[in-house]
Amino acid sequence: MSRDYDDRDSIFEVEEEIERGGRGGGGGGRGGPGGRRMHRRKICRFCIEKVDLIDFKDVKLLQSYIPERGKILPRRISGACATHQRMLSEAIKRARNIALLPYATD
Amino acid sequence: MATQRIYEVMFIVDTSVTDDDITRLNENLQQIIKDQGGSITKVENMGRRQLAYPIGRKTDGFYVLFEVEGTGREIAELERRMRVNDQVLRYITVRVDEDRQRAEKFKAKRARKATRRASRGSTASSSRREAKETSSASEE
Ligand SMILES: [Zn+2]
Repeated sequence: MSRDYDDRDSIFEVEEEIERGGRGGGGGGRGGPGGRRMHRRKICRFCIEKVDLIDFKDVKLLQSYIPERGKILPRRISGACATHQRMLSEAIKRARNIALLPYATD
Repeated sequence: MATQRIYEVMFIVDTSVTDDDITRLNENLQQIIKDQGGSITKVENMGRRQLAYPIGRKTDGFYVLFEVEGTGREIAELERRMRVNDQVLRYITVRVDEDRQRAEKFKAKRARKATRRASRGSTASSSRREAKETSSASEE
């Protein structure tokens, strides 16, 4: 488990390579002309910012990952890697427990 | 000797009590920790905040954070006392030493990687990496 995290730099590079070359404009029809740079790059911002710890007290940060209904933003949208998404959801659940953040409605 | 651990304990105090009550409660809880052989490394009064959802009929509370060093015994006693105290609306305990250690490890590893990269003298790849980083930053 900690292995993925250790090697996250290299994983990130591989992912980028795939997105650049392999799939071309296949990602979405909305790509427009010119293709390759138009699709949204999904990269873990926590990896880029070298975040090693996500604090449940950091309400401001966590809030941006629970839009509208209070549900945790899924990884396919947040772009977070497995390790950071886990840290994030862990922190959000703790914050909910102590009423710093709301539980999901309906 | 049992291993020393670090915990963060956050709790919410009912706002209908007086300031004196809160001070007394704070002191009592800290005394419990000391009596059980633990030590308090940080006390943070986070102030009055609105609760994200009502607890009982309460819509706000005073948030207090303790950082405690100990074996876990003092946490058990602290939680027991908070549970039976009506002034404490809710509490949460998080063990933080392991996560912090893990974070330190990653940091050290990154530093090692960086020096190794520098000593290898691969200026080409490092400048490419820098370019990549600035391009991804500007896209945000
Ligand atoms: Zn990540």
